[in-house]
Amino acid sequence: MTDDVILRAPAVVRGRSRGRAARAAASIMRIVPIAIIAIYVLAAVFGPMIVPFDPVATQIVDRLLPPGATTSTGSVAVLGTDSTGRDMVGQLIYGARTSMLIGTLTVAVCTVVGVVVGLLAGYLGGIADTLLSRIIDILIAFPNIVLAIVVAGLFERGVAVVVVALSLAGWVSFARLTRGATLSLREREWVSAARVLGVPAPRIMLRHVLPFVFAPVVALVALEFGLIVLGEAGLSFLGIGLPHDIVSWGQTIAAGKAYLSTAWWISVFPGIALALLVVMTGLLGDQLNSRFQRGGVR
Amino acid sequence: MTDKLALSVRDLVVSTDADAPVRILDGVSLDVRSGRTTALIGESGSGKSILGSAVMGLLPDTMSAQGEIVFDDRQVLGIPERQRRALRGRWVAMIFQDPLAALNPSQRIGRQVGELLRRGGLRGKALEEGVVRLLARVGVPRPEERAHAFPHQLSGGLRQRAVIAMALSGGPRLLIADEPTTALDVTVQKRILDLLAEMQRDDGIAILFISHDLRVVSHIADDLVVLYAGRVAESGPARSVLSKPLHPYTRALARSVPSVSAASAVSDPIPGTAASPAARPSGCAFHPRCPLAREICRRETPQPREVVPGRVSACHFAEEFLDD
Repeated sequence: MTDDVILRAPAVVRGRSRGRAARAAASIMRIVPIAIIAIYVLAAVFGPMIVPFDPVATQIVDRLLPPGATTSTGSVAVLGTDSTGRDMVGQLIYGARTSMLIGTLTVAVCTVVGVVVGLLAGYLGGIADTLLSRIIDILIAFPNIVLAIVVAGLFERGVAVVVVALSLAGWVSFARLTRGATLSLREREWVSAARVLGVPAPRIMLRHVLPFVFAPVVALVALEFGLIVLGEAGLSFLGIGLPHDIVSWGQTIAAGKAYLSTAWWISVFPGIALALLVVMTGLLGDQLNSRFQRGGVR
Repeated sequence: MTDKLALSVRDLVVSTDADAPVRILDGVSLDVRSGRTTALIGESGSGKSILGSAVMGLLPDTMSAQGEIVFDDRQVLGIPERQRRALRGRWVAMIFQDPLAALNPSQRIGRQVGELLRRGGLRGKALEEGVVRLLARVGVPRPEERAHAFPHQLSGGLRQRAVIAMALSGGPRLLIADEPTTALDVTVQKRILDLLAEMQRDDGIAILFISHDLRVVSHIADDLVVLYAGRVAESGPARSVLSKPLHPYTRALARSVPSVSAASAVSDPIPGTAASPAARPSGCAFHPRCPLAREICRRETPQPREVVPGRVSACHFAEEFLDD
């Protein structure tokens, strides 16, 4: 504890001498990812209430309008329209909603499955650990997206199929992280102290190990969320993701592929939306990770 | 004071499961009687903590134990884990070296101290009162308040008291204390030792006190077992073992303790380094460091034997010490 204080003190001094501008920049960088992700969330939750949009209605007269053009109904298509005359702003907002929904559901499934498997493998050890670890190894050796394509391709398109297909490989990183943390946590003395009191294993895992796995798992949730959104877009791009009545950035990008030279905005805007979200979740994940490693109970 | 055996360990062998197994404990025997304290003393690596784990049934997966561990006429080595677990906390409890590490930092003290009471079926107000009673008993001032504190909010001494309260919560007959005072400063050490002695007087608990610190041990031990490289070097009543050792290792150990009162505070260190069970010397494990070593010590492993009634030594020449 005392060492920490001594070691950290010079850093504070250096921070001051670097001046206000540098520190302000650093604190802005801390806010940016969370702020941008918040905008996505707000757009996904409240956007559909503000921007009316029907994903299956077509308006052929307004097809392929460039950004800023006026439609036949007199409104302005700020980001243009696609090949069937649908407004790009509406597609982006509904696409965000889809991405958030799929991302949240899949991450939830992955977290629960991964943490449970990791806890069991790490705490019980022995045959349980060997078995679960081998399954994890096999899944790691398999490219995630290939696994998702196989599963998604086998079944009728739908939200549930996409969630299952993406979860199938997604839980592995949670399991690996949790197992590693559990391996070291179970050697902690408070775990031994609980064991010598005769506390049953499930209760030890729940009360003395799980709370300490929480912090790194939260960081991984942020990282994985972006990758899963990307995975969903990939499946939809390939035409094996979500059905056509659900707007997905991947589908929109695929639909704009044929018009790249004449109507670039169809593919580019959802592409930017997707890339920005993935990068920001990645940054947020890294921030959380380094924060927990520095200050968390470890 | 009853002389009932609370714990009896006979010829305990703990070995690693590797291809070249190492006998970490090689035929250790010791007794702990109700209401009395047996101190297990040895250098680091002598296997003293492993013995504690073996008695608790919490050896790492990579080690296995043979021999006898008897609680109150019940052999517990090799019984199913479920039965073993039922004994923990209620029959035998353990306290650890570092009281901060032994408490879960994410839970309030009261919750941890009350773990066994909860499992005993206490809830709500009764549970709270039970926790407060336990904390008050181990001398935690303002226990109602402290029960709501987190471990980092308490001092080292209070944390160790909380750990002791936890260990006593199941009313154990045997308490294994693995260097319980090493992480505490000297004044607190003394108070914790007094507390343990008091608990022992009140409840007749048997204590197996694992330590490397002869000074601490000389305060509280009734009986002493000296471990060297996984074997018993000497055992017997603490007072007579310390005043008249029957093994050169014990004698060297007693002399190596720095003394403030003696004219010279410089202690008399034992030459060489402690033998490890992985590379145990032939014959008597202590012979490379022993000033009295002779030819036979290299060849023959001395068996622990009763030299005078109540005194066991594993030295070929134990009798020679009697005349000193």
